[in-house]
This record gives sequence, C-alpha cells and structure tokens, in this order.
Amino acid sequence: MLTINNLKVGIGNKQILKGLDLTVNTGEVHAIMGPNGSGKSTLANVLAGRDNYEVMSGTVEYDGRDLFELAPEERAREGIFLAFQYPVEIPGVNNIYLLKAALNGIRKHQGKGALDAVEFLQVVREKMKLVKMDESLLNRSVNEGFSGGEKKRNEIFQMAVLDPRLAILDETDSGLDIDALKTVAEGVNSLRNESRSIVLVTHYQRLLNYIVPDYVHVLSDGKIIRSGSRELAVELEEKGYDWVRQEARAA
Amino acid sequence: MTDETAKVEELVHQDYEHGFVTDIDTDTVAPGLNEDVIALISAKKEEPEWLLEWRLKAFEHWTRMAEPSWAHVHYPPIDFQGISYYSAPKAGTDGPKSLDEVDPKLLETYEKLGIPLHEQKMLAGVAVDAVFDSVSVATTFKEKLADAGVIFCSFSEAVQNHPDIVREYLGSVVPVADNYYAALNSAVFTDGSFCFIPKNTRCPMELSTYFRINAANTGQFERTLVVAEEGSHVSYLEGCTAPMRDENQLHAAVVELVALDNAEIKYSTVQNWYPGDENGVGGIYNFVTKRGDCRGAGSRISWTQVETGSAITWKYPSCILRGDNSSGEFYSVAVTNNYQQADTGTKMIHLGRNTRSTIISKGISAGKAQNAYRGLVNISKRADNARNYTQCDSLLMGDTCGAHTFPYIETRNASAIVEHEATTSKISDDQLFYCRQRGIDEEDAVNMIVNGFCKDVFKELPMEFAVEAQKLLNITLEGAVG
Ligand SMILES: Nc1ncnc2c1ncn2[C@@H]1O[C@H](COP(=O)(O)OP(=O)(O)OP(=O)(O)O)[C@@H](O)[C@H]1O
Ligand SMILES: [Mg+2]
Repeated sequence: MLTINNLKVGIGNKQILKGLDLTVNTGEVHAIMGPNGSGKSTLANVLAGRDNYEVMSGTVEYDGRDLFELAPEERAREGIFLAFQYPVEIPGVNNIYLLKAALNGIRKHQGKGALDAVEFLQVVREKMKLVKMDESLLNRSVNEGFSGGEKKRNEIFQMAVLDPRLAILDETDSGLDIDALKTVAEGVNSLRNESRSIVLVTHYQRLLNYIVPDYVHVLSDGKIIRSGSRELAVELEEKGYDWVRQEARAA
Repeated sequence: MTDETAKVEELVHQDYEHGFVTDIDTDTVAPGLNEDVIALISAKKEEPEWLLEWRLKAFEHWTRMAEPSWAHVHYPPIDFQGISYYSAPKAGTDGPKSLDEVDPKLLETYEKLGIPLHEQKMLAGVAVDAVFDSVSVATTFKEKLADAGVIFCSFSEAVQNHPDIVREYLGSVVPVADNYYAALNSAVFTDGSFCFIPKNTRCPMELSTYFRINAANTGQFERTLVVAEEGSHVSYLEGCTAPMRDENQLHAAVVELVALDNAEIKYSTVQNWYPGDENGVGGIYNFVTKRGDCRGAGSRISWTQVETGSAITWKYPSCILRGDNSSGEFYSVAVTNNYQQADTGTKMIHLGRNTRSTIISKGISAGKAQNAYRGLVNISKRADNARNYTQCDSLLMGDTCGAHTFPYIETRNASAIVEHEATTSKISDDQLFYCRQRGIDEEDAVNMIVNGFCKDVFKELPMEFAVEAQKLLNITLEGAVG
C-alpha cells in the first residue's frame, strides 16, 4: 500500500528526514515512536502533501502510484487521512458542514452520488457513537474553542466518517484523559480491518496496550533506526531512546 | 515574490459574470448640468413646483461645494459636465401596467442576471420594483401590499400620488446640502423607490429593488425614501449589478430611512456593480449617502450590506439615534479584488437616552485592492447610558492588497460604554491545508473559510439574499488564494 524509499526532506536549510525507509502493507498497523523533533510530524505532513517542506530525494509509492504527483486533496480522495497533531481552528465554518463537503468530495471522486442531508446525518449519527462524540460539537465552528481532547476526538470522528484506506494518526493520544484514550482507541480498533492501513505516531506505549500494532518503528534524527514488534515499545519504555541510538550506532 | 503571492497573481482574475449590454432605445438628454437641465428633468417627470425649487436649491449648494478628498480612494477627476443626467427607456414612458407590457429584452436581461421576475413573484413572495436606468418599468405585488396599506412604488409615482408624504420626509434625513454627492443627487435624481408603512403594520413581504445601469455615460442618481410609521415593521432588500463597460460611471444615490416610535426598518443591500477589469480599467464609482433616522422612541434601524462590486465605493450607511431607547445596527461585508477601492463604514450618532448601536464590519482584500473601514461613534451630551459595540475584522488574501481602519469615537457623556475590537488576519496555510487534507479543493476551501469569516454578517441577511451574497462573494474572490 505504502512504500517509502530513502526519503530526504528539508525545510529552509534544515534537513529533517535523512533517508527514511518504511513499507506499510494493506491491513497493517504500524506505530512510529521517537524523541521530540525527530521528524514524525514532518513525515506525516509530507505524506499528506503539505507543501512547505522540500522533498530533496527519495520516493513514496502509494497504491503503485507516485504519491508526490498528487495534490493534497487528491491524496485525501484517494484514501489518505491525517489526524493532525494540532488540529487548526476555522472560525465561522461549521464542523459538520466541512465534513459533509469533504465526504461528498471523496464520494464524487469515487463516482458515487452526493449524500443528501438526511443520509449524511445518518452516517454522522452512526459514527458519532464510535468515538462517543458530543453532539454539541457538530454544529460548532471547526475546532474553535474545542478542548484538546475534543479536538482529538473530532479527528477520529472525521476519520470514521471519511473511511480512509491509509490513516495517519499524529499523536492522537496526547492530551486525552484515561477514559477518552480508551474510547478513542476503541474507535480506532473498530475501524481496523484488512483493507485499511494505520500509521500511529505516539510517545506512549500505553496506547499500544489498546491498539496493538503489527510493527513498531523508532524514528530518530530523521531515520528509522529500529523496527520490531509490540515488544519493542515496552523495551523502549524501560530503557529510553539512548539505548536504541547506541545499539543503532554499534550495529 | 513568495509562492503565495505568485499563486494569487495567477489566480486572482475573474471575469465579470454580468457583462453584457441590453440594446434598448434610450431617450437621453445631452451631457451637461445647469438649471435648464434640472428644469427639464423636473418637467419630464411633471413634478410639482416645490420639488423643482428644492432641486434648484440643492444645485445652488452643489455649485459652491467642493468634491470631498478625505476618503482613502484615488481616481481621476470626474467631468460632471460630461455626464448625461437623464435617460429613459422609450418603451417605458407611459409605464407598463403589468409584466406583459415590459420590454421582453429587459425581462431577458433580468433572466441572465438570475432574477426572473415572474418566478420570483411566485417563489419568494418578493415585491420587485425594478429600476432600469432611471425609470421604473416593473412593479409587482402591488395589490397585496395595498391591502395592508403599504405604499411601495417608484419615487416618481410617489411624487404624483403621495406628494404630501414625500414633501414631509424628503431631505429630512439627508438635507440637500449634506455633502457634495448628496447635493448633486438632490438636484438631478430621476427616480428610485418609495416605501411607506402605516402605523402598526407589519409589511407582509420583503421588499426588493434591483438597480441596473445600462446607458453609456449616464450617471445614475437614485433616490430612495422609506418611512415606517409608529409600531410598523419592514424589511427592504436592494441589489444591483451592471453590464460591462469601459468608461467609469458615476453612481450617486441617496437613501433616507425614517423610523417613528417603535418602528423597525431592516435595509439589506447586495452591491455588485461592475468593478472594472483586472487592470483597473472601467468600473462604477459608487458614491452613496445612506442614512436612517431613528426618530421615534424605541425605534430600530438595521443596515446590512454586502459590497462586492464597483471600482470605488464610498459609502457610510448611518443611524441617527434620536429617539430614546432606539437602536442602530450596521453589518457589513466589503470585498475588494484587483484594483478595487472601498472606503466604507458607518456613523452612529447617539442623541437619545439608552440608545444602542452595533457595528460588525468584515473587510476582505485580494489582488491590489484597498479596503478601508471608516466609522464614527458619536455620543452626545444628552445620550445617557448609550452603548456601542464595534467589531471590525479584516482578511487579507496575498500581500499586495491593503486593509485600513479609521475608527473615530467622540463621547460627551461619561455614562457611555463604547467597545471597539479590531483584527487583521490572513487565511492561514494551516487552515487551507486542513481543508484540502479532508478532500476539499483549494478554491472551495477558500470560499468556505471566507464565508465563515463573514458569517456574522450573512446571518443578518434574509435567506434568499444570503445565498446570493455567498455566491457573489465566491465569484468575486474566485482563485484569490492567499
Ligand atoms: N516550519 C518549520 N520551520 C523550521 N523548522 C521546522 C518546521 N517544521 C518542523 N521543523 C523542525 O523539524 C524538526 C522535526 O519536527 P517534527 O514536528 O517533525 O518533529 P516530531 O518528531 O513530530 O516532534 P514531536 O514529538 O515534538 O511532535 C524539528 O526540529 C522542528 O523544529
Ligand atoms: Mg509531532
């Protein structure tokens, strides 16, 4: 589904990703962990098509296509979804209105007809339950005045409605209380299936108790320096990033 | 040049949708302005003597006045002697009795504009008084209004059929010598709309007028008068658009509103005059004086405007809060693109006690446009417990446009509470990217964000206008990504 090959990305004069490789197959869940500033959000944003980064070299194939040939909205319509680390506020734009425009844009791309208000609302009601979204958030302006946790929940709610094939969740667990973390994780789990791939960026192995990944990767200084199973996250928690860095250097 | 600017440069041009000229024979007076021309206009309209005298008095003032230069707009000097001050469609000289009598070509023009009169008649329940050049040629729903005792007709008809009301109120809000353009209008106005709502009457429908400039080189000078008697209520919609044309056209209208005790007037405008091309050639000069007088206690006047057109807009719909407990509101969206210039805002003059005013202004600039908010809040000595809330937001698209804010506050009463908030923002890359990541293309994302920015104003518009306003906004800013 997704093949990243020797990806180098910079911003201004600064190189952030320094030759990153990653392969995600259909139906797999990959967790990416790594210290602050190591380039996790950069990777997520570049995959989603954010254009203030400069792709210096490397390739990304998505579904056999060159991802870099697609505009951000085309990537979204082709099934890539990014749950943002810091979801932006858009004053005056109704949360549900944006979501309806998004869903119908994606459906149009898929050759399906637009949902009318009633059909759309049906989808919304069903998906709201998944993440126990508070109904009052639906008709507020996008993320405006949402608490940190509400913003994260709204991202997963959008994911549920838009039904992506590749979901990238950038620290969706940060800022959630224990109960919310559980709910959101359950939501994500219920969206987990053999045709959908998920990339989870997280700092906490706690999340991985709920969403058990197929693979765990350590991203440090712009490279994946170690990959392993669920156990790697546990080990990381005990020993810290210095341990992997040293091991990587030694190797 | 940044990437963003380049994108704006590349995308900020949008052909004017309403660019066509209807070919109708016009009965046009030779260019020039003097007492004879004024007498001729007055004679053509078979006006009473007092009105001719009133016009001549205005003209006399005008000849001694200087064109104002304080606004943040720039344009070559206007040759007032080069303008023809009267033009009427030939077919309309006797005035059609029904839509069947209206020149089919004109009806076709309205169809192109998306204003099918007959459909509107059925669907929207809106009475339409269409001003075509200077003479009204179609009025609908008269009967229903007449049943309610509401008078809604062209200004000329009002002069013929209700001279006493016209005489009592004309110039009582905007005096003949009020300002340069108002004086000019008073001297040469040819037609406009008149609306009178009797005591304790709720006007049974939204009233609407569409203005349109059609004859080349003809300045248009409308005169509108709305009088709401004690306890009455009216919502008046005004919208206009103009065909494409190269030379600048002067448009200097005057609108006067009078609200007596506990009366309410809601006046909404969507202004879409031809803005000129992307090089700043052509376009309408829109120098308008709009003023409402909350003459009675507990009265309320609310102005809502969506200004997307005109090369130059100079316009300050204002409220004189004379009656105790009266309130004035001003909700404005002003959009400028390419070389458009707008200097707009309001004046809230608090004279009565416990008077309230609210000002919500949203200015959007793109291209090389200049957009200024100019507002005055004046609290007089007598106006105990006066309140004003002003919110003035600017949105910039790209970095070659400008936004300016000139708020003036004059308070002579210590009990006044005046609040002013102002913000300037850009559509952020984060917002755009967020929308695009959800599958919404850039253009739609911009429209969505801009419409969100204007929401507080759009929600004041009657439904059918809100939709048109959003559409206009999207057309005006098509491609203006910033
Ligand atoms: N717009 C930018 N301008 C300059 N530097 C940037 C920009 N965006 C990211 N960076 C830098 O790139 C590096 C990687 O940032 P990134 O956000 O990808 O880290 P991260 O791994 O997601 O960190 P965290 O765990 O704190 O979220 C950081 O040093 C950051 O300061
Ligand atoms: Mg990050």
